[in-house]
Formats: sequence, structure tokens, C-alpha cells
Amino acid sequence: MTERVRVAVIGGGPAGLTAAAALAPAVDGDVLVLERERETGGIPRHSDHPGYGLRDLRRFMSGPAYARTLTGSALRAGARLETEAMVTGWAGERTLEVTSPRGRRLVEADAVVLATGARERPRPARFIAGDRPDGVYTTGQLQNLVHLHHRPVGRRAVIVGAELVSWSAVLTLHEAGCRTVLMTSQYARPEAYAAFGVPGRLAFGVLVRPRTRVVAINGRGRVASVDIEHLDTGRRRRVPCDTVITTGDWIPDHELARTGGLEMDAATLGPRVDTALATSLPGVFAAGNLLHPVDTADVAALDGRHVAAAVLAHLAGGPAAAPPGGVSLTADAPLRWVAPQLVRPGGPPPSRGKLLLWTDEFRTLPRVAAVQDGRVVGRTRLPWPAAPGRVFRVPFSLVASADPAGGPVHLTLE
Amino acid sequence: MSTYDVAVIGGGIVGAAVARLLGGTSLSVALLEARDDVGDGTSKANTAILHTGFDAKPGTLESRLVARGYDLLGRYAEATGIPVERTGALLVAWTREQLDALPGLRDKAGRNGYTACEIVDAAEVYRRVPDLGPGALGGLTVPGESIICTWTTNLALATDAVNRGVRLLRGHRVTEVRTGPDATRLVTTAGEVSARWVVNAAGLGADALDALFGHDRFTVTPRRGELLVFDKLARPLAPCIVLPVPSSAGKGVLISPTIYGNVMVGPTAEDLTDRSATGTSEAGLEFLREKGATLMPRLMKEEVTATYAGLRASIGHDDYLVELAADQRYLLIGGIRSTGLTAGMAIAEHVGELLAGHLDLTPRAALPEPPRMPNLGEAFPRPYQDAAAIAADPEYGRIVCFCERVTKGEIRDALASVVPPAGLDGLRRRTRAMNGRCQGFYCGARVRDIFEGAAE
Ligand SMILES: Cc1cc2nc3c(=O)[nH]c(=O)nc-3n(C[C@H](O)[C@H](O)[C@H](O)COP(=O)(O)OP(=O)(O)OC[C@H]3O[C@@H](n4cnc5c(N)ncnc54)[C@H](O)[C@@H]3O)c2cc1C
Ligand SMILES: Cc1cc2nc3c(=O)[nH]c(=O)nc-3n(C[C@H](O)[C@H](O)[C@H](O)COP(=O)(O)OP(=O)(O)OC[C@H]3O[C@@H](n4cnc5c(N)ncnc54)[C@H](O)[C@@H]3O)c2cc1C
Repeated sequence: MTERVRVAVIGGGPAGLTAAAALAPAVDGDVLVLERERETGGIPRHSDHPGYGLRDLRRFMSGPAYARTLTGSALRAGARLETEAMVTGWAGERTLEVTSPRGRRLVEADAVVLATGARERPRPARFIAGDRPDGVYTTGQLQNLVHLHHRPVGRRAVIVGAELVSWSAVLTLHEAGCRTVLMTSQYARPEAYAAFGVPGRLAFGVLVRPRTRVVAINGRGRVASVDIEHLDTGRRRRVPCDTVITTGDWIPDHELARTGGLEMDAATLGPRVDTALATSLPGVFAAGNLLHPVDTADVAALDGRHVAAAVLAHLAGGPAAAPPGGVSLTADAPLRWVAPQLVRPGGPPPSRGKLLLWTDEFRTLPRVAAVQDGRVVGRTRLPWPAAPGRVFRVPFSLVASADPAGGPVHLTLE
Repeated sequence: MSTYDVAVIGGGIVGAAVARLLGGTSLSVALLEARDDVGDGTSKANTAILHTGFDAKPGTLESRLVARGYDLLGRYAEATGIPVERTGALLVAWTREQLDALPGLRDKAGRNGYTACEIVDAAEVYRRVPDLGPGALGGLTVPGESIICTWTTNLALATDAVNRGVRLLRGHRVTEVRTGPDATRLVTTAGEVSARWVVNAAGLGADALDALFGHDRFTVTPRRGELLVFDKLARPLAPCIVLPVPSSAGKGVLISPTIYGNVMVGPTAEDLTDRSATGTSEAGLEFLREKGATLMPRLMKEEVTATYAGLRASIGHDDYLVELAADQRYLLIGGIRSTGLTAGMAIAEHVGELLAGHLDLTPRAALPEPPRMPNLGEAFPRPYQDAAAIAADPEYGRIVCFCERVTKGEIRDALASVVPPAGLDGLRRRTRAMNGRCQGFYCGARVRDIFEGAAE
């Protein structure tokens, strides 16, 4: 069976729902959101603490409330939200294979928006050796267990990572009656330490160990301890615990982007997009953390609003393919990635007029330069720190005067 | 306490195959397994290759039983739906010395009764496996080598055994043996079991059990093999099994597609003393990353989905050790190191031949059909892709584990199966749930709820 729709949005998280809400009133025909979970809302559904909605809704709310609000807006705008509907592959350029309890079918769309999000790398992908006991979770699984399934976790946890999301894990553990005894961070200045370190220690008694990593997990049946190593001295220590949470270390959920043959960005591991959020395939767009692993939910949502313009232009019969050419953006170490990666001639500025960057080194007052063919085309100094484990944003004007016919623009930390 | 005609100890592939065979006769049979599930020992953690036996030591029992097992299991897989992919293997030579060894390996294969090997040049090696790292000098093809699902194999044999009337006793670790004139009493962690004959298929525990029968003929050395499993998106990089040229140090590190659609690198080979040391080691994982990076640099750009380790039951002796002690009504199956998945059914057949002089092994009339196992193979249709199955039963359209596309219908079926899982790991082996790239980020909590029967 094949169903035809105008727009298919894959993923009903903040990005997908917001894209659908922006598109539905303007599109003549169906805007269908395909979501594989039983509820729409994406990760915020199970992230039950305040911290959502600031930039997009200008409110400060909990994850579940945010998920409900975005779902309501998409529905009121006239989008069709289908849950328990997983896109498992492609049957053509913009034709999707969909499995749901209602059947297996094809959905053929004039435009497709990929908004499949990102997830944390689990333990095996981090090469943590040792036994395979119960009690090792990502933050995502932890929050699913605690907030959606009301499961107990352990009593003493070690958290791998000290990013923003790691503190979200601390909150969840606290609520579940589990004490965080230690957080490890490979960085000298742990990511979110500045913001949370002191209050975290005061409120929850959490100790953050910079420049350490967990090298092994011990325990049969249930976690009994972890071995941690200091990255500079090599000194090792065994820390008793019954729970290990591997946090952060994000990877986009890029399976469909790759199996669809989209050009990929080697740095974000998401599809390569231009400032309008168009991918390398005509009529296929992308939004949210699939493109920048990871920024906060409001930024993902605002991607969804931003992508609507390009989708509408495509539906209105704009050029079948985006104009060739354009300037590539690349991030030089210690910057890890930049998004979006392509500035096309005549293209719009990116969402919120910002380029998103990820750094692997801490800088108190970062200076970022844009260099094209050996020439500095822009420079900016930020009044706040650039820290590993969270996105930092620079104005698009940094690259605005790049030569559209020139080579790639390198973004560097000075 | 009733007395069984035969008690088989060990619910791995070998024990399950023996129990299934004996269960097809008029004998009463019990299958005792120490753990709470079958297939939870070495049979769950191997490289899952259906071996032709081309590189066995000619003239050994192992050589004969691997070749025979290859045919038996191949046919049984067709009958039961155990997924098998006939990918073939390519042995790759990276040094002059290895290149020079290829003709000898081809001849050895011939002496093992396998004549399909061909020597190919470097260009052909890269044509077959374009993503191989630089420096390959040539290769030897082994077209028959195949990949198979080791979990389903163990489960199919155990299910078949139970369907044939074998009494499966899980959670029965044999701790003491009392041999009497007519029957042997096996003291287990869950009470006593009495049997006239006893078959020892205890894998890593076979020497300890053998000692309980008063023997002192061998020692099992657990030889750990660690493996890295790469993301499914890497699967096109490994169109066939890529084998190293074997050396005195062992079979070496291979790259293989897996039946679930991943790519695997391993195993390491390291002698240990602890028979329960199935954890991975830092050194092992590091070694495999380095090895993988030379063999196939592109693979290292892909994500790792899982790491695991298995223990081979090595006995410092170059062959299987299968011996009958008729006076004790006892049979030992020892040293089934690195080929037991393939050879299991042939080992059972061999055991049948040894016992035939003492027990009536005439097959019973009207045996139940072999079970039809749920397909876990990526290359064959799965319920989530099957429009008719979903139309008939919407639970096959309700995907619970997104990465592996496991539906609620499959989990329900596994929980209601003849040999149901005892825990989440058992459920993984029956369905693939939680085995994917997210390792439970999305579905872990829900799968646990479903397993424990929580209301949804
Ligand atoms: C523990 C934790 C705490 C966080 N705390 C905060 C916070 O306090 N404030 C904040 O702003 N942000 C926070 N974030 C980040 C925020 O959750 C993300 O930025 C946001 O969810 C990204 O939205 P998205 O739409 O891009 O992706 P997601 O929310 O991941 O949504 C993607 C959706 O796509 C669906 N999907 C994927 N593939 C398919 C497919 N093939 N078929 C159908 N559906 C599919 C998924 O099921 C999912 O629902 C937190 C994240 C985590 C993990
Ligand atoms: C890394 C690795 C790679 C391999 N690759 C391959 C391959 O590609 N192809 C292939 O054909 N083979 C391969 N093998 C070999 C194969 O996995 C084994 O030969 C096979 O699984 C052995 O099966 P088994 O039944 O003898 O042992 P097991 O599966 O270990 O079963 C023995 C069972 O006996 C039970 N037991 C032990 N003691 C007692 C007791 N006292 N009372 C009750 N129960 C007891 C244990 O709990 C266990 O379940 C590999 C092995 C390893 C380790």
C-alpha cells in the first residue's frame, strides 16, 4: 500500500513537531509526522526536570510539559501525528517504508524532513572493559526507567562525563534515591563544571574528577565497582558503586540519512546541510540534533521553524535542485564540528543567525576566526566561555564576507 | 525419585544436540544445565561461523566431525529456520611467508576432504573485499565457510529435545556424583537426579565433572576470545569472512559479517585460569582496535555496538576427547574448543554410535517435526517487514526495539515459547531486543517492563 502526502516529517521530537506546526497551516495537503514511540515529544518526554522552552516558547518548563505543549501546537496547526510508526528505510527518493501496528506501508512525500535526533554513546562504543553486569545505563535509559517506567535504580552511582546532560542524570538519580558518588571527566575544566560544580557539590555532594576516565566495570550480576584512571599520572583507583551512567558523547541517529544516500558531514556525523537546512538530496531536509549533537531542545525546535521556509519553497516548485556551488565551512581542532556546513549563494542566514560550534578545549573568552584560502574573512570574540560538552554559537556574520567562489572556510579558535 | 535412562549434563550446543538425538529414541532423557538458561556458556559467545573444517588437523576426530557437522547443521538449519548466510571466506596473506603457506593450506583442506579452495592474487582479493587495508599479497578462497546464528542453533536443538520428551532441568548444577550398580545419583544445586547413563557435555566444567567420576585425564584451560561488533552501517565493508593465515599462535583475528547484519573483529586468544572470566580486558580491546585498523582502516570510522568475550575449553591436546567408560555407564565429551557450534550435531551422532552397543537407540516412530524457529537473520524477512503477518496480528507491527526492529509480537512469542527466557539476556538471544546500537537508550526500560509482565 502506498500513501501520498505533501510533507513527511520523520521523528516527533521538538524539531519534528515544530517543523510540522510551522508547515501544516501553510501546506495544501497532509503534513504527516511519523514517530516510532508511543507518544510524540522526543527526549523531553522522559527528561522530567525544568530547563525546556526558553528560546522557542519564551517559557521555562519541564521536559514532559514541553513535549505536551509542542504536541498540542502541532495538532492545532493541523499536522497529522502518527505514533508507533517507524520509518525503517527508503523505497525511493522520497518514499519511506513505514511499519506500525496498522500495517506495513509506503509513504510517498513531496518533501521529507529528517528530525531523528541524537543519542548518547553506550558503554561498548566507549571501549570500557570489564564484566557486563546489570546497572550500566545511558542517561536516556536511566530517565526512561525512572520517569516513564517508575523503576528503582541503585544506591551509589558513578557518572561518566560531566556535561550538561550529566547533571540531568544527577537530578534523576537523586529523585530515584540513588546518590552520585563521583563524576569523571576527561577534561581539565569539566564541561559544565563552572555552572554546576559548586551548587552540585553543595546540593548533592557530588565530586567531579577532572582528567579521569573509567577504564573498567567490575561485578557479576550487578555492578560492584569501577576502576578509574587519572589521564596524566596513570594512577588508578577502584570506586565501589552499583550503578554506572554513561552520559553525553553524542551521536546523531543517522541511519536513515545514511541509507538514504545523503551526503554526510564527517565531523557531526549527521547529514551535511546548507543554511536553509536542505540536504544533498532535492526535497529532503533535516532539523534538530541530527544535525548538531547536541544542542538544547529549544534550538532543535527553532531549526524546525527555520526549515519550514525551504520546504515551502521546494513545494512551491522552486528549483528542482539547489544551485550548485557554495562555500563549505569546516571546523579546525580543537573545534570538533560546525553546523550548518554549506553557505549557498543567495541562501538565507542560518537558524537564529548563528553558526553552531563544538569545542574539545576550554576557553574562557574564546576568539574565533574564519579563514578562507589563507585569508582571515572574519573574527569574533565571545563574552562567555567555550566549553567542551556543550554547543557554543557564533554570529553568521563571521563568514558573511567569504568569497562565494573561494575555497572552504576554516573556523579556528585563536 | 524416578531414574532416567540417560542424563546429559550441559545445555550448550553439544549437550542439547546429544539430548535431542537421545530424545528421538524410546529412552527417558534429562538435560541438566547449571545456569538458568540453555546456551548461556561458550555457545552464546563465539564467532558463529559454520566451518567447513578446511583447516582442521587431518585425520583427527575433530576434522571428521566438523565436516560432518557442517552438513548436518546446514540441513537442520533449513528445516528449522536457523538463519545461515553462505558468504564464503577469504584467507588473506599479508607477508611473503604467509603467501608461501597458501598452497600447503589448500592441500591440507584437500586432506580434510574439502576441495573447493582456490588461490587468488592480490587484485582478486581487493575485488572481493575492496575495503581491506593496503598490503595484501594474495589469498585462498573457502567458498563454503558460512555464518550462522549460534543462539538459535542452541535453542532449536533444546526446543526439539523438549518437544521429543526430554526433561529440561535448568538451574541444576551437578556438584556430586554417586555411582551405584544400576544408576548414578547426581547431586545438584536443585536436588538429586538419578540416571542409568550419564553424558558429560559440561564444556568448561567437563574436567571438574570428570573428576567427580574419579578420572584425572585432562585439564580445561579457558582460552579467552574477545570480540568487537561494529554497527550495521558497516556491513557493506565485509562482504565475506576475512580470515588470517593461521600460525602457531592460533587461528588469529578475523573480520566477519554477522548473521544480524553487523561486522565483527576478533577473537583474541589468551589463556586464563578463571573459568568465569567472560569480561573484556583493556588490552584485548586495544589489540583488536589496532588489528582492525590495519586490516580494514575504514571499519574504524564506524561505531562499535558491542564488545564481548567467550572462553574456549582448551585442553592442551589437538583433538576432541570423546571417551566411553562403559563400566561406569558414563561418556565424556571434552575439549570441544573452537569448532563445537559446527560439530555439535555430528558429535551427538558420534556419541550415538558409541552408546549403540549398550542402549537401544532405535528412533521412535512418529517423532514431532523439528521446531520452526523465529528468524533473527538480517538477510531474511523479519516480522516488521511482513505486511501479511502484521495484518493478521498487529503486534508484529509494534516495534519495541528500534535499532534491531524487534516487535512486541516477537517478544510475546519468545516469552511463551517451549524454552522461555529466564532473564533479559535470554530474551536478547531469542529476539535480538536491546542488542542494537543504542544498547537500551530507547527501549531498555520498556523491554524490561514487558519481560516482567508489567501492565503497559
Ligand atoms: C538526559 C537529557 C537531558 C536534557 N536536558 C535538557 C534540558 O534541560 N533543556 C534542553 O533544552 N534540552 C535538554 N536536552 C536536550 C534535548 O532533549 C534535545 O535537544 C532535544 O530533544 C532534541 O530534539 P530533536 O527533535 O532533535 O530530537 P529528539 O528529541 O531525539 O527526537 C527525535 C525523535 O525522532 C524519533 N525517531 C527517530 N528515528 C525515527 C524513525 N526512523 N522513525 C520514526 N521516528 C523516529 C525518535 O523516537 C524521537 O522521538 C536533554 C537531553 C537529554 C538526553
Ligand atoms: C571466541 C570463540 C570463537 C568461536 N568460534 C566458533 C566458530 O566460529 N564456529 C564454531 O563452530 N565454533 C566456535 N567456537 C567454539 C564453540 O563456541 C564451542 O565449541 C561450543 O559452543 C561448545 O559447546 P558446548 O556445549 O561444549 O559448551 P558450552 O556452550 O559451554 O556448554 C556447556 C554447558 O555446561 C554447563 N555446565 C558446566 N558444568 C556443569 C555442571 N557441573 N552441571 C551442570 N551444567 C554444567 C555450563 O553452564 C554450560 O552451559 C568458538 C569459541 C570461542 C570461545
